[in-house]
Amino acid sequence: MEKEKVGKKRKVGQGRFYNTWIHVLMFLCAMACILPFVLVLAISLTDEKSLIVEGYRFFPKAFSLDAYKYLFTTPITIIRAYGITILITAAGTVLSLAMTSMLAYTMSRKNYPYRRILSIYVLLTMLFNGGLTPWYLVYTQIFNVKDSLLALLIPNMLVSGFNVIVMRTFFSNSVSDSLIDAAAIDGAGEFKIYWKIILPLSKPVLAAIAFMTVLGYWNNWYNSMVFINDSAKFSVQYLMTRTLLNMQALKSAMMMGTMSPEMIKALSDMPSNGVRMAMAVVGVGPMLFLFPFAQKYFVSGLTLGSVKG
Amino acid sequence: MKTGNRTVRTKKKGHSKRYLPLTLMALPAVIYLFVNNYMPLAGLVLAFKKINFTDGIWKSPWCGWNNFKFLFSSPDASRITVHTIGYNLIFIVTGLVGGVLTAILLSELGQSAWQKFYQASFIIPYLVSMTVVGYVVYAFLDPRLGILNKVCENFGVKPMEWYATPKPWPYILVFVQFWKNTGYGAILYLASIAGIDQSLYEAADLDGASRWQRIRYVTLPMLIPLMTTLTLLNVGKIFYSDFGLFYQVPMASGLLQKTTEVIDTYVYRMLLISGDIGRSAAAGFYQSIVGAVLVVASNLIVRRISPDDALF
Repeated sequence: MEKEKVGKKRKVGQGRFYNTWIHVLMFLCAMACILPFVLVLAISLTDEKSLIVEGYRFFPKAFSLDAYKYLFTTPITIIRAYGITILITAAGTVLSLAMTSMLAYTMSRKNYPYRRILSIYVLLTMLFNGGLTPWYLVYTQIFNVKDSLLALLIPNMLVSGFNVIVMRTFFSNSVSDSLIDAAAIDGAGEFKIYWKIILPLSKPVLAAIAFMTVLGYWNNWYNSMVFINDSAKFSVQYLMTRTLLNMQALKSAMMMGTMSPEMIKALSDMPSNGVRMAMAVVGVGPMLFLFPFAQKYFVSGLTLGSVKG
Repeated sequence: MKTGNRTVRTKKKGHSKRYLPLTLMALPAVIYLFVNNYMPLAGLVLAFKKINFTDGIWKSPWCGWNNFKFLFSSPDASRITVHTIGYNLIFIVTGLVGGVLTAILLSELGQSAWQKFYQASFIIPYLVSMTVVGYVVYAFLDPRLGILNKVCENFGVKPMEWYATPKPWPYILVFVQFWKNTGYGAILYLASIAGIDQSLYEAADLDGASRWQRIRYVTLPMLIPLMTTLTLLNVGKIFYSDFGLFYQVPMASGLLQKTTEVIDTYVYRMLLISGDIGRSAAAGFYQSIVGAVLVVASNLIVRRISPDDALF
């Protein structure tokens, strides 16, 4: 006891000096993570003329909300894209959680006869991958999702083998068999057991996976890029991608002197620097608002995979 | 005999009937995985077809290894393979070192508001999409208005046309990947450090271990299983890359392909930009097969070291 105290005291004394340096280092890293976003925010709040004269700066010389006014008053597609993304995120998360948890529940039932087959079935999806080309052809040639909102909802988004395994592990570890048996004796059907017992007892894992799913849908631009040509159906993130990439394509054309008249017109119609950055802010926005409330679940969600046992 | 048969049958019927609700519950996800993951596997055979749209995709004639001959006789194949593996190896090493180091430093600070703040800020880049990362990088690299060229000007260095110069891009991509994902790794390792038995540290204190010795002889050895596991799992994915990182961050600039093209972007470009389904399918096939072998091999090794972390 005495010795332990001495040890701790020494440790603290020795630690102070190092701790200061660790704090300095960690603080710098934290700033490296945050400041780039502050820069984007600052650009979006700077007057366009001042941007062109001064370049991008952390502290705007001339403050202006014009970029946001433009973004929300001009009938460009951002508001529609926002609506689509919110709709898809909400519907997708609910569907995904339902499908994932129902499969995971079935797999967690120890007396279910096809349990092993299902496990292998799910596992194989994690090991083998057909790749982009066949996957693209399956969805466009057989299911015809091209240019439909289903393309944002379904391909590669609904059920991931990894999430199924994580949930199954949670179900079989934290819900005791005797509880299920008791409910069955009381006459509860399988679905009722799942709905009234399993789900309420599994809130942590559901919340964590729900969060990762929301994030996945919100941040998704890949499905829009691959499946959607109609700009009225782009997700927010892909609308942003397109804006940035179009501008880059126009600039390269300008550099090489291969501008066509349409391109010159397109360039003059391009959103200004400030507006582009405002789009980025608007694109991250909702996630940052959610983040502080859900940090707990995020972190547990991120670590779920590693503590699979 | 007759009755016996009947009982057996009813019993069997009862058996599958009893589990019917469970089977039905599993069905939606099972069908989904079939469509999304199994059907494309069958589509791998497309790599051996000469696709033309008049015959339709499935009725197109076979062409043996022709698509592969095309792919591997061009310089593309070796270039994209070297890029994919090279970038991934660097990502694995930098991610491992950065993640472990950050986690150890954070754990040395102990539970505090500051530690929470650091953790929260480190995870922010992980949560935003690659699109947003593309914008952030652009704010620095914009040739006319970007921060980096302004700094160059101030120091009298010639400003660069960043999006037209392939040379610095390997460094930029490694940095961006590090910036985006190290926080995530650090949190995984920090969770693992939090799970280390405190009595080990008490014993180390009793033995008069210095702070460095505690890290060197307690924390690090206890982290080795997780380090090995995560590294091996990443090695298993070494043939795949983060499409967004290699497509969005260089802004799909054709001028940068010399240093930024990886298998995933190549397959995409061949399929949807050049419309060369044969070559795209061949490259995808190559990626799938080698990728699957690597995943299975790394998993077998992981299972030996830490069965809980293995996928199978």
